[in-house]
Amino acid sequence: MEPFRSFTGVAAALPQANVDTDQIMPKQFLRGVDREGLGAGFLHDMRFAAPGRPRPEFVLNRAPWDRAGVLVTGPNFGCGSSREHAVWGLRQLGLRCVIGTGFGGIFADNCARNGVPAIVLPAGEVARLMALAADPGRCGMTVDLQSQSVTSHGDGRAVRFEFDPLRRRMLLEGLDAVGLTLGHAEDIRRFEARHLQAQPWLA
Amino acid sequence: MTPRTLYRRILDAHVVRPLGAPGDPGGQVLLYVDRQVLNEYTSPQAFAALHAAGRAVWRPQASIAVVDHVNPTTPERSARTMAIADAGRARQVRTLADNCARHGIELYDMLDARQGIEHVVASEQGLVLPGMVIAAGDSHTTTHGAMGALGFGIGSSEIEHLLATQTLVYRPMRTMRVDVRARLGFGVTAKDLVLALIGRIGADGASGHVVEFTGAAITALGVEARLTLCNMSVEAAARGAIVAPDDTLFQYLHGRPRVPAGALWDAALAAWRGLRSDDGAAFDAEVALDASSIVPMVTWGTSPDQGVPVDGAVPDPAAERDAARRRDMARALEYMGLAPGQPLEGLPVTHAFIGSCTNGRLDDLRDAARVLRGRRVAPGVRALVVPGSTRVRAQAEAEGIGQVFRDAGFEWRQAGCSMCVAMNDDHLDPGDRCASSTNRNFEGRQGPGARTHLMSPAMVAAAAVRGAITDVRHLLAR
Repeated sequence: MEPFRSFTGVAAALPQANVDTDQIMPKQFLRGVDREGLGAGFLHDMRFAAPGRPRPEFVLNRAPWDRAGVLVTGPNFGCGSSREHAVWGLRQLGLRCVIGTGFGGIFADNCARNGVPAIVLPAGEVARLMALAADPGRCGMTVDLQSQSVTSHGDGRAVRFEFDPLRRRMLLEGLDAVGLTLGHAEDIRRFEARHLQAQPWLA
Repeated sequence: MTPRTLYRRILDAHVVRPLGAPGDPGGQVLLYVDRQVLNEYTSPQAFAALHAAGRAVWRPQASIAVVDHVNPTTPERSARTMAIADAGRARQVRTLADNCARHGIELYDMLDARQGIEHVVASEQGLVLPGMVIAAGDSHTTTHGAMGALGFGIGSSEIEHLLATQTLVYRPMRTMRVDVRARLGFGVTAKDLVLALIGRIGADGASGHVVEFTGAAITALGVEARLTLCNMSVEAAARGAIVAPDDTLFQYLHGRPRVPAGALWDAALAAWRGLRSDDGAAFDAEVALDASSIVPMVTWGTSPDQGVPVDGAVPDPAAERDAARRRDMARALEYMGLAPGQPLEGLPVTHAFIGSCTNGRLDDLRDAARVLRGRRVAPGVRALVVPGSTRVRAQAEAEGIGQVFRDAGFEWRQAGCSMCVAMNDDHLDPGDRCASSTNRNFEGRQGPGARTHLMSPAMVAAAAVRGAITDVRHLLAR
């Protein structure tokens, strides 16, 4: 997995609540058997009036946010469908992390498997970062997973965030989750044998 | 020992080992998963990664694969009608078959008599048993909680992890009890109950929680109604939704193809009878509902929590004090082409759709047929019924329900996800307004620019015959 340690760059504000993964990655981009070509689909109908015809007023189509690396989102961003294509597209468009009061659960798990920290902060902090992100002169931020902090350059403040310790280590080191788990193969085998013996109807 | 919730008991019985810091009860665990269901659009990337790493499938017999999202649902079913014109979707179906053949995984392909929507097929075939942990690359895997199991959706990377190790790295969730007292009233269904719940707690109301449904109203529900309830709990962000197993469930399970028989059934039943939350088990959150106060529900917006009783009106964003919510409501109304204060009842529809993993089961079709008998779809309305599985379709035909739909002017189609997710050829056009028994009224869900009103199958049938959103209770004989 691509590691994430620290990122400094432009943050964009997307305050709308409940932006679901159908909007993040519409169905016309779900025809593949691979993970490629999904940057074009990310938030497609918000970014484009028609294929290839961008909406100039949409935040990610305007400078400086057209090179945003951080997305500050409204509540429950990434709710709905489990499609990991949503995260693949987000990353392929150049975004490195998302910040909000809460995310769709499967979406947040998918983020963690793709080098994209989904950072949860209290509503007041998200509102402050949202306002800064919406200001073209003050939208620079540093997200540091090592120190678990978001520093907003616009007001010079740093806020600490909680992050699951194992998930943090996986992201910092870019670890292969499957490889790590296979390190416990003996434990799994033992558990499985016991589990299926105790409940033979599962076998 | 501290009393445990049913969720915690199922979880504890599947922990291979803790992965968090010693003594951290909330830390991640390595969770053994009993079964996974694979589909054609979220599994190919998982298999590709597995192959790239040169890894094997840990336990092929733990997987079952179904084609459901992209297959055609033409009224006729043959190799010819199931040919998919879209090259990408056709490749997804082919890739699933190739991967299943390569790894020895059982596949219910498009022409298989067991084919259908994965969350309908799994319980119908007896693939989900009480106490199991089941995961799948589809958010509506919460459905399986109705079987007294823990079901939840995962992404493709997690599918890869599951295929390779039969486990997931899992963080225990918080627990929420939703206690529903009294009984649902005449013409009111589990769909109305869950829409009322989502409206009450919000689209993120159960975020980070696994829900357990309890109370007299839940015990009184049939298994298919419970499946509806657990299915749509994910629309309140629940990471699982469980109903404790009881005799209603055991009767449903007995004799199904993959359910144990004979002495094994007796042993299983004895174990399943003990599957319930301990007395005094503490939940992190509690919600109480009175079933008798719930009436048929309809959504007006673009999030499943934007619903009102059918005799209600579109809310006015101006009355909302929170600026962000006000903006979201206004955006939803613009997309839906509705005005504040407008009554929902009487709103004309162009389409009626009955189907989906939420409401595509036999009881759902029976409910709708009860409304449709002796009536016709209103002029100008296109009405479709897409059974949740090929078996549901066959059962409905045997009961004469297929004919009721046809006589009423509904298209009687083959099984699949169809117009709930619009990933095959079944979709709406911009501006179409659909009364839909599905689970998501998201922008563009049923087609770009399409407007979806979620409601129960009986309510969809009522909208189809009246050509407008209607309180189904006006059309039912008491």
